[in-house]
Amino acid sequence: MKLFKTLAVSAAVAMAATSGTASAGTLEDVKARGELNCIVTTGVAGFAAPNDAGRWEGFDVDFCRATAAAVLGDADKVKFVPTTGKTRFTALNAGEGDILYRNTTITMSRDADLKLTFLGVNYYDGQGFLVPKALGVTSAKQLDGASVCIQTGTTTELNLADYFRANGMSYEPVTIETNEEGQVNYLAGRCDVYTTDASGLAATRSSFDNPNAHVILPEIISKEPLGPAVRQGDDAWADTARWVLNVLIEAEELGITAGNVKGLASNGSNNPAINRITGVEGSYGEMIGLDKDWAVRAISAVGNYGEIFERNIGVNTPLGLARGLNAQWTEGGILYAAPAR
Amino acid sequence: MAASSATSESGRQSLWYRIFYDKETRSTAIQVLTLTLLFAFFFYIIRNAVINLEAIGKGYSFKFLWEPSNYDINQTLIEYDSRSPHWRATIVGILNTLLVAVTGIIIATVVGFIMGVLRLSHNWLINKVVYVYIEYVRNVPVLLHILMVHGVIVNTLPLPRNAISIDDTFFLTNRGFYTPKPLFEPAMWAVFIAFVVGIVFSIWFNHYAKKVQDATGKIYPVIWISLAAIILFPILVYFVVGSPMSFEMAELRGFNFKGGLVLRPEYLALTLALALYTAAFIAEIVRAGIQAISHGQTEASYALGIKPNRTMRLVIIPQALRVIIPPLSSQYLNLTKNSSLAIAIGYMDIVATIGGISLNQTGREMECMTIVLALYLSFSLMISAFMNWYNKKMKLVER
Ligand SMILES: N[C@@H](CCC(=O)N[C@@H](CS)C(=O)NCC(=O)O)C(=O)O
Repeated sequence: MKLFKTLAVSAAVAMAATSGTASAGTLEDVKARGELNCIVTTGVAGFAAPNDAGRWEGFDVDFCRATAAAVLGDADKVKFVPTTGKTRFTALNAGEGDILYRNTTITMSRDADLKLTFLGVNYYDGQGFLVPKALGVTSAKQLDGASVCIQTGTTTELNLADYFRANGMSYEPVTIETNEEGQVNYLAGRCDVYTTDASGLAATRSSFDNPNAHVILPEIISKEPLGPAVRQGDDAWADTARWVLNVLIEAEELGITAGNVKGLASNGSNNPAINRITGVEGSYGEMIGLDKDWAVRAISAVGNYGEIFERNIGVNTPLGLARGLNAQWTEGGILYAAPAR
Repeated sequence: MAASSATSESGRQSLWYRIFYDKETRSTAIQVLTLTLLFAFFFYIIRNAVINLEAIGKGYSFKFLWEPSNYDINQTLIEYDSRSPHWRATIVGILNTLLVAVTGIIIATVVGFIMGVLRLSHNWLINKVVYVYIEYVRNVPVLLHILMVHGVIVNTLPLPRNAISIDDTFFLTNRGFYTPKPLFEPAMWAVFIAFVVGIVFSIWFNHYAKKVQDATGKIYPVIWISLAAIILFPILVYFVVGSPMSFEMAELRGFNFKGGLVLRPEYLALTLALALYTAAFIAEIVRAGIQAISHGQTEASYALGIKPNRTMRLVIIPQALRVIIPPLSSQYLNLTKNSSLAIAIGYMDIVATIGGISLNQTGREMECMTIVLALYLSFSLMISAFMNWYNKKMKLVER
């Protein structure tokens, strides 16, 4: 009886004493913190990986930096939060990061059920297969009975199950956590095949001692539109981050580069579309909670979409990826950013 | 207000006075305070979780367990494919965890007892070798052992097409050890029944032999007769009913071996590393348990003319077990819980299936984690309950 009373009293007091405080919007949080927390991979060469000096570099990383430049005025005010395929969404939803740029495929369940808000596509990809040349395999249809390394928590493992099932083939899934582990197991021959997004395969192959001993098979078995995401329910922040992405893509279309953006901003241009981006015309920055130079800062920090692409993953990098689908719509690709107007 | 309602029965002096000077009131106050903080903590985290889940519009529902999992698992002890529901994937994970826990505990116990006894050997070399082994194993984190064993298997053994073949029956590769798989025909039932009969007979015979010994002092070779009943008898039946068992051989087809039974590198690495790590602790527990029994017991036993191995078996070990069992149970618990390190090498246990892929693909963190916690808790409670029962059984029956 006494014990019960003690418990009841304690519980009542505890309940009365605990009350939470709701947090402000993410944009305000980021500004107040003076730093953007950006969720990236644990390391995929060309997309997001620390260089020898420990500075994060890559395609996804540059979009993080552009966002920080637009919001905070400094492309270095970013804290990178490395996550595995498995931990990324929990990390985002738990508030460990403000935005996710992590080779992440937009899917219906992630958008609707996992409660993310996707902001657009920064890389159109598809799932492929990497095999040692010595295996003599030329098509994914010859992979019946193979051991396949896959990263857990990805769309990859679902596509793979579907593909082998649909083609009446069997396989042994070898489930691993990170790209690094995948490479180790693949190179040791624990699996015959490594499968992930084709861009990721190119990145993985580029980091091998002997990249030419491995081939990417011609089959692309899925659609993987990769793009950034934020937590659902903060539309203001989603808008800010979405338009940083859009404006980087549109900048390429309009010929605005890291080199000429400052000049265009101070001298103006005959093209009103350019003027809207450089803040010469209108108050587009204000609409997303920023000032009029937001886009100028983002573009001068990392360049436009094309510059980011060529610097990190383009044909002249070890990854050697062609623009392909990721060319502007005017150049035969499907990159088609909504206009800043 | 809180404390006054708890202590309102005796009310002459002021509450503050009593909190400081009355021992009982003071202890009640401290209990209330501690519990308040504890409750506050739980309310805070649960409330936080609920609010945050609500804020992003997520409910708490286990309906997803009946939807197709959409992923494949390499080691499945029951039938399973990517069309099976999540609950089935959970069971696959549970069985994989239990497989590691049970085989790991058996190996750890056997190796641990042997090493514990060897640690007491008068042979300097044996003693020191075991000592060095124990100290090395105990002082390296178990995760490193797991990664090392896995790394060694995957990196040093050959690919399937160059498999090390033993008599074309057993194959060692870096994708696992392949052995023939027994296929049972219906008549195999007779053999299983013979086996059960053997066990029942042994139990009965044990009692009988004890009674005879108590009454007349005559000693039967109980162990040998039991072994014969449990092993030889079923073998005999096996041949009488015409060997109703065949073997499916593993053979190389394409990329991998097909057929047969396979012990995958992930299973081997996890089980061996956990077992050998735990064995080192068990060895120390066994050594301490034996040393805890005073040497006078041995001398007294010898003085009664009991032979050394009987002394060990009938006098020392039963007493030592009382000291050994409680810490032994906690080693079993540790091994079971440590099996969740499976994640490091991709062994598909509970954490990797329902707590990993299912969780991630459905986004049901709270639900999946609840399931995982409940499962580990019930394993631990089951092991504890069993060990408590065994401990009670081994207790000295005092007069
Ligand atoms: N696009 C797929 C796969 C993403 C993925 O995990 N890709 C790998 C290979 S490109 C990766 O980023 N790994 C990085 C890491 O291990 O941290 C998804 O969103 O599920």
